[in-house]
Amino acid sequence: MLTPMEQPVLSVRDLVVGFRDRNVLDHLCLDVQAGQILGLVGGSGSGKSVLLRTILGLLPKRSGTIAVFGTDLDSIDDAARQKLQRRWGVLFQNGALYSSLTVMQNVQFPMREFLHLPEHLLDEIAATKLAMVGLSRKDANKLPSELSGGMTKRVAMARALALDPEVVFLDEPTSGLDPISAGDFDSLIRTLQQTLGLTVFMITHDLNSLHTVCDRIAVLADGKIVADGPIAAMLASEHPWVKSYFRGRRGRLLEHSHEHRSA
Amino acid sequence: MNSNALPNPLLTIDLTGPGTMLVARGGWTGSDTKQLDHLIDAFLSDSSRKAVTIDMRGIEAFDTFGAWELSRLAATLRSRGHEPTIVGLESRYDVLFRSVEDASVRADKEQVTPRNEFTGLAALGETVVGWGKGFLLLLNMVGAVCAAAGRAILKPSTFRFTSAVHQLDRVAWQAIPIILLITFLIGSIIAQQGFFHFRKFGADDYVVDMVGILVLREIGVLIVAIMVAGRSGSSYTAELGSMKMREEIDALRTMGFNPVDVLILPRIVALVIGLPLLTFLGAMSALYGGELVAWLYGGMSPEIYIARLKEAISMTHFKVGMIKAPFMAFVIGAVACTEGLKVGGSAESLGLRTTASVVTSIFLVIVLDGLFAVFFASIGM
Ligand SMILES: Nc1ncnc2c1ncn2[C@@H]1O[C@H](COP(=O)(O)OP(=O)(O)OP(=O)(O)O)[C@@H](O)[C@H]1O
Ligand SMILES: [Mg+2]
Repeated sequence: MLTPMEQPVLSVRDLVVGFRDRNVLDHLCLDVQAGQILGLVGGSGSGKSVLLRTILGLLPKRSGTIAVFGTDLDSIDDAARQKLQRRWGVLFQNGALYSSLTVMQNVQFPMREFLHLPEHLLDEIAATKLAMVGLSRKDANKLPSELSGGMTKRVAMARALALDPEVVFLDEPTSGLDPISAGDFDSLIRTLQQTLGLTVFMITHDLNSLHTVCDRIAVLADGKIVADGPIAAMLASEHPWVKSYFRGRRGRLLEHSHEHRSA
Repeated sequence: MNSNALPNPLLTIDLTGPGTMLVARGGWTGSDTKQLDHLIDAFLSDSSRKAVTIDMRGIEAFDTFGAWELSRLAATLRSRGHEPTIVGLESRYDVLFRSVEDASVRADKEQVTPRNEFTGLAALGETVVGWGKGFLLLLNMVGAVCAAAGRAILKPSTFRFTSAVHQLDRVAWQAIPIILLITFLIGSIIAQQGFFHFRKFGADDYVVDMVGILVLREIGVLIVAIMVAGRSGSSYTAELGSMKMREEIDALRTMGFNPVDVLILPRIVALVIGLPLLTFLGAMSALYGGELVAWLYGGMSPEIYIARLKEAISMTHFKVGMIKAPFMAFVIGAVACTEGLKVGGSAESLGLRTTASVVTSIFLVIVLDGLFAVFFASIGM
């Protein structure tokens, strides 16, 4: 089941995506290795969500190739595509929960479709998954419109992880969460990465997650990846946006706190 | 179920040692959960069995589903007073097992509160109360729209003129082709049926009276109102409903706008202006359809048709039809907007409210038509 280490789980080559007369992504290249936790950062509107949606096949690309698990997504038929989609989980920026299903049913939905489990088992497992993302059972019968922003994120996370996928794509998983829950989220991602060999592609603005969970950080600016590497490489980068992001006041504050902790 | 019968069992019982030993093997993952669940159930169904050791050395793959089954097995044994020991679980799997076990213990402690669904008599009661509430909401909307209209008359600059013109374009101008086509067909059909049946009594001439009076007084305005309810009423409900869902209406309120002034009044004004215009065009088209059928099917020349029509109809018939139109438009608009604002958070409720909007407004249009019939009869129109 596990992809060999040499072959990247996700490989994006020369990707161009645009709307009307403007290219949002311009010959972008990015590889993610199995078991890696990649944090993608970039200014608002720099095209992070566009990149994610293009990888997922929700937006058309102008040129370039995208391969997931070593398969070029353009070359496969629908059945193969569906098989592949079972192996990834997605958390959308604003949850994208099914509005007419309860929290519990949202999490059960992929399991029900793909695993054909008996009903009592679905209930129990879904409840456990909800507990893992920090939701209690009394929220399980709520509808998405009755949830707070942070709860919506948690349910979306539980749904993304429902099938124990090999790769998860997370669009700002911790935005809208209090720092403590955000920390819990990060450690959940870490645990799953260590135990299941999960590969994580995470869009985030949360400097804390970038410092604590991400093995690697990629910075998207001007339609390209302008910096790529561990946090140390970010701190050393001379790109103006990267510099102000990681070495600006907020970035420095975190860095100091890290030094204190490690000292 | 005999666990040893399967070619590659995920769980086997080993009784050769001092205590009962459970030996796990293979992939304990989501796709095998069903089989694993059966094996565990089979083992647990015999309560005399006391597994002291669960040997997890043979595990090749393990995920949260497997971890959950293992924690269920351990927890059930523990609840029976046996203390199972889990051996040979790889440390990375152990981390997952601990967090799943932790979560499932937390999940078990909490009680589920089911959503209360009404059944039987309670459902009937709920429906009736729902109708009552719906009627009050409709009255509320009528009041709010009248108040907004009053404000707009007192201070015309506050009226959303651009929006109203835009809505008028959508509900009236763009509806003209379909309205003309439908009323033309209805007019033709009435005339054809008239000729077919009246001919038996030699009453051909009265077909024109029937077509003229029916179209001007009743059918013209009814068909157009029903069309508009289906076409524009439903789109009003869907628009307002999806704005409600995405909190756009709340955003308007917090910025100090009244949604009735901004969204609803222009829409209803557009309908109240548009529906009479469409009714007029529809009636003309239906009369024209009747004329063509009279000529081609009934053998009545257009000159005679028009001459008969002049005798048969009067301004009163025309007025009766036209007076009803704006009232019907108001009812359609008010129902559509009320239903739109009733939309909750889910896509399903949007569909439900749109259906309710069309059904209710058509029903009320027909009721209103009946009331007008009584009214006009009593004043001799
Ligand atoms: N469907 C679309 N049609 C036209 N332009 C679009 C569309 N989707 C996104 N864009 C544009 O592409 C650019 C990138 O948007 P994107 O949503 O990827 O930003 P982002 O990097 O995710 O920002 P944020 O951090 O705020 O979520 C923006 O300028 C946006 O206006
Ligand atoms: Mg985004």
